[in-house]
Amino acid sequence: MTDASGKGGPTETLMVTKFLRARPQDSWTIDAARRHNNAYQTLDKAFAMEPDAVVQAVSDSVLRGKGGAGFGTGQKWSFLPKDVFPRYLCVNADEGEPCTFKDHMLLERDPHQLIEGIVVAAFAIRTDLAFVYVRGEFALAADRLGQAIRDAYDAGFLGKNILGSGFDLDLVLHRGAGCYIAGDETGLLSSLEGERAMPRIKPPFPAAQGVYAAPTIVNNVETISTVPHIIRRGAKWYNAMGENRSTGTRIFSVSGHVERPGNYEVELAKTSFRDLIEGLAGGVRDGHTLKFFIPGGASSPWLMPQHLDAPLDMDYVQGELKSMLGSGAVMVFDDTTDPLQVAWRLGKFFEHESCGKCTPCREGSGWIAKVLYRMANGQGRSDDLDLLLSFGNNIVPGLNAPFAQTTICALGPSTMSPVVSLNRWFRDEIIERMRADETRRAGLAVTPA
Amino acid sequence: MTTNAVPMSQWPSEHRYTIPVAPGPETVTVTIDGRAAQIPRGELLIKAAQDHGTYIPRFCWHERLKPVGMCRMCLVEIEGMRGLQISCATPVADGMVVHTTSDAVTTAQDGILEFLLINHPLDCPVCDRGGECPLQDQTLAFGPGESRFVEEKRHFEKPVPISDLVMLDRERCIQCGRCTRFADEVAGDPLIDFGGRGGSTEVITYLDEPFHSSFSGNTVQICPVGALTARPYRFRARPWDLASTETSCGACAVACRGSLESTSNRLVRLLGVDSEPVNQGWLCDKGRYGLDWVHSDARLRQPMVRRAGELVESSWPDALDAAAAAIRNTLDTHGPNGIAVLGGSRGVNEDAYLWARLAKGVLGTDHVDAQLGDGLPADVVLGMPRATIPDLDRAKAIVLLAPDLKEELPVLYLRVRRAAHDLGVPLVDVAVRDHGLTPYATAVLRHAPGDPGAAAGVVADALVGRPGRTKVGKAIVDATDGRDGPVVVILGRTSVAEHPDAIVHAASRLTGLPQVRFLSALANPNVHGALDLGLTPGFLPGRVSLDAGRDHFTKAWGAVPDAVGRDAAGILRAAATGEIAALVLVGCDPLAECPDRNLARAALEQADTVIAVSAFMDTAAFGATVVLPPTVWGEQSATTTNLEGRVVRLGRRVTPDGSTLESWRIPAELAARLGSDFDLETVDEVQDEIARVAPAFAGVDASLLRRARDGVVLPLADHADEVTFGRAGAGPGPSWEPILPVPEVVGDDDRSPSTSASDSPSAAVPAPTPPVPLHRWDAPPDAPSVPPLDAYALRLVAGHALYGADAIVAATPALASLTHEPTLGLNARDRDRLGVHDGDRVRITTARGSVDLAVRTDAQTPPGTAWIVANAAGPGAPDLIDLTSPVTELRVETIS
Repeated sequence: MTDASGKGGPTETLMVTKFLRARPQDSWTIDAARRHNNAYQTLDKAFAMEPDAVVQAVSDSVLRGKGGAGFGTGQKWSFLPKDVFPRYLCVNADEGEPCTFKDHMLLERDPHQLIEGIVVAAFAIRTDLAFVYVRGEFALAADRLGQAIRDAYDAGFLGKNILGSGFDLDLVLHRGAGCYIAGDETGLLSSLEGERAMPRIKPPFPAAQGVYAAPTIVNNVETISTVPHIIRRGAKWYNAMGENRSTGTRIFSVSGHVERPGNYEVELAKTSFRDLIEGLAGGVRDGHTLKFFIPGGASSPWLMPQHLDAPLDMDYVQGELKSMLGSGAVMVFDDTTDPLQVAWRLGKFFEHESCGKCTPCREGSGWIAKVLYRMANGQGRSDDLDLLLSFGNNIVPGLNAPFAQTTICALGPSTMSPVVSLNRWFRDEIIERMRADETRRAGLAVTPA
Repeated sequence: MTTNAVPMSQWPSEHRYTIPVAPGPETVTVTIDGRAAQIPRGELLIKAAQDHGTYIPRFCWHERLKPVGMCRMCLVEIEGMRGLQISCATPVADGMVVHTTSDAVTTAQDGILEFLLINHPLDCPVCDRGGECPLQDQTLAFGPGESRFVEEKRHFEKPVPISDLVMLDRERCIQCGRCTRFADEVAGDPLIDFGGRGGSTEVITYLDEPFHSSFSGNTVQICPVGALTARPYRFRARPWDLASTETSCGACAVACRGSLESTSNRLVRLLGVDSEPVNQGWLCDKGRYGLDWVHSDARLRQPMVRRAGELVESSWPDALDAAAAAIRNTLDTHGPNGIAVLGGSRGVNEDAYLWARLAKGVLGTDHVDAQLGDGLPADVVLGMPRATIPDLDRAKAIVLLAPDLKEELPVLYLRVRRAAHDLGVPLVDVAVRDHGLTPYATAVLRHAPGDPGAAAGVVADALVGRPGRTKVGKAIVDATDGRDGPVVVILGRTSVAEHPDAIVHAASRLTGLPQVRFLSALANPNVHGALDLGLTPGFLPGRVSLDAGRDHFTKAWGAVPDAVGRDAAGILRAAATGEIAALVLVGCDPLAECPDRNLARAALEQADTVIAVSAFMDTAAFGATVVLPPTVWGEQSATTTNLEGRVVRLGRRVTPDGSTLESWRIPAELAARLGSDFDLETVDEVQDEIARVAPAFAGVDASLLRRARDGVVLPLADHADEVTFGRAGAGPGPSWEPILPVPEVVGDDDRSPSTSASDSPSAAVPAPTPPVPLHRWDAPPDAPSVPPLDAYALRLVAGHALYGADAIVAATPALASLTHEPTLGLNARDRDRLGVHDGDRVRITTARGSVDLAVRTDAQTPPGTAWIVANAAGPGAPDLIDLTSPVTELRVETIS
């Protein structure tokens, strides 16, 4: 592979994005996908296997969920209770994490890869009905996926007796109504049932009781899109990429103050943040320096320039850096950035998207946003940061990643991520600034008319 | 894991999950704050802790609702589990060690309260909940002393009405979802829900559809803050000024347990008490808010005697003398058969018994009827094998041969709905038209008015596994296949426009089913007590027939009537022809209650003497010779019998204004004036006499009634093991928690529960055998003849609406506004065939009479039938019905 950045170091390893890169003009059509990408050719191989063998292959590959939590996909599939039917597969295409834009690219540009993955996964877990829950805002993605599903039915890759295997599968495209928390798997299931997208108490986990109280597997678009590659080339091939429990590739959506924002698929663990940000994305824009970056979506604690050489290894980032690779959205901020404004904007997002179910998140997210707004706009107090940490401790007991939580889902602790980051990296700077604001305000107040 | 074994903790948001009736018998050992306890497997930790004396604070969790885990107040520390767990959604496990007061837990509780308070207005001084508010109480116990929130609080317009009875203050709301879950899960009226999200989450009603639920008041009771307030109660009392007494509701025959509260000698509030076998804590709005009538200016507070054609106020001795003289006069001129006693179905057991004793033992007349042609034959009600309300939960199937329970017996509707919807009991709906329970029915059978027999036959066959060739038969067989338990038939008057023989015949076709039991759906508050205590022709108190009980009662009373007397229809006809000269009306108004108003009018006009025992100057009292005003519900302690035959106590909470007499003293005083001193001084003595004399009441004396927590189901011999003493939990909860029943403890009673060995719920109750065999209903073999359908006429269906023209509704301002003008409900097909439109006034004519009503399109009413509410004020169904005809055919003509 050639060095895309020209700055050296490891480069992109294209697997799920290979075909859509190769044929940007028509990669989403079934003709192009079949003619130029051998689409649906793994089906025969999968159908020749026992379903449990497919699950085993996915387990052996150490494929981990690529939506954020990084849970072992094969392990999740194996949690399905034996012999309880009906059961369902649900693909989470409600990609709502700020600055994450990998799944909608896969949906728009290579829907047949996803459908092929769905057929294989559905065969593995022995269901005959699968859903794709597509985020409401994804108009083009829903159009193209809808067309792809129709084409797949026409070509016999969906429906009754697929390719003469005796395996039936119907695929339902469901469009959301615009709600971040429908991306939480149980929130998604509630929304799919027609209820408010509010996360459910776990247990029971969806694998025991998901949609319509039946066992349900919920997987991310990128995860399912990876499955055909594992089946086609084997678990060993897949887990030869990367290291430890971070195997294979992941797509990182790099955005912010970089020269070449975009999606980059790289080999996990063997690639560093520096390779990604300075290499592939072209580094911080000219004349500026990196101030901080967010490694895995709005929910992940921020990292600093000194962490650039850290590997893109899920366990390393979580264990050593107390952050996470999350949804793979890397946001880069240069020296022109006010971290308080960033924190406030993220806080505002979480306040807006809190579903309102759990008290700490419903009330706490609004409180955080209000205090951060004050702080970012000259009305802060020197003890505000400690106030945030103090009541935030009731959302995230201990304030340490991996975050504990007093809420049902992970949105609660996410609200504290910007605050924890501010405190970790910018505490002195902020307190000094708040003191200056206090002094300034006091000065204004006593100025004689 | 199969879905029908999911413990309560594991119900996700969906409603398709099966609820276990109770956690299993197997127990596990759980250590809560250092104390080990044996707890049924599958029980929720929060409930287990509560049952063992550890109160875990909570807002969203409620014993009768599914856990939702919203408020996060009930977090506890469980050894071996990471982080804190919500105890409301965690089932107990063997060996679990739980800490509810550790530092981590108290910190979290403090934090949750701080979050809840940041947007709470803290307007406690002007809030109805102030003083009994869980948010106040828990903040005091577990919360921070002051707030660190300096930003602007959330603001909403406050308060906004969400229905005629309930106001919503969204600023006070803490988004626990109790009200929305109640409306959806329990009431089946999902008319409120959350709107918005995050901090903007608010309880909303849907556009153009207010929270019109007959159960809306329950949401006010379970609201843990003052967000929902009841319009009839707003600003009328402060909780610390309230005095309360446990009682039973007097609005219908379910007799829900409640806590009746007063301030300054005014009844202001009735809260539901959680009686597991009866109401599980819920009340309907009519019962809950039907209080003001007790203090209405329209109440009669002085007896009245007609002098020179005018009713004038009188003293009690004079009025009783006048009544006794009129009765003696009638006895002299007409003999015992010239006197009849009507009514008693809205009174209490004690007055029913003494009226029966007066009529049958003293006056010698058997022309006595508590029902006014609107009920079922006493032969059936007293003699059928009876079901209890809890039988519904474990039934093989429930068969509805009853009117719309949602309108007539609302809390029974809740129980049937729960059985069908949540517990999976097959529900078979046999009726003329759709009603509140139709959506939950497994099988729906529709029949022509007056002709339910064939449908009942299909059900009877299907319930013994013979589906026949019908789809419904197959559906019933499929649903009941392999199920055990009794078949519970809910039996009532499906329509007062048809002769009761039709429904009785239909019921008779089900009597052969194995384990069949009947639950009466007669709705008048104490109609079952009145029938049980002999206010019906041919029967003596205690469910024995006149013949069977003759010797026993002759011994007890001295005399009983020779022959079986007339029922209400017969009495009214005889009065209209002059055969009966004196009518005693015991708390009833035949002009309003009898389905045949023309007959009632003729009877009242013809009778020489009308003695009205009435709390109001109703139309019957208006023409009476003597009017005797009794004390009413809330003003006297007594007992009532509900539709199961469960005898429960009624509490006295206020002292009556003016000069009224305890209702049971009126017949006793009259008897004394007619030469028979009953020698009864207290209500306890009446209860003890009933227990001694009336066979079905054997053993049910004042002492047992005082101690039995949920009352006593008659006969005691069959239900002794269901009697429980003492209280169920740690004590009476605040109003937002299920209030547990508390037996009244009388200080000088040496058998009071505090000193008695029978304090434990399992204490055996002696179950004496009744001295006389109780009556049994032998189902009549012959089907009544039903005239063929007349293609040009519509067949009338008439039933009762919850908010009808009775005294409770009419004299309670909050409820009076909920009544509707009577209309003619027509199927759209008939409406178009007749060429009329909604709102058009039409003339409705039957063989009996004619009235003018507006037309309303009613999808629930099938073609060929017409629906009119029977208990609305003004001209209506009673002007059209002939008590003797099997069905009521009507013709409709347009009027300009």
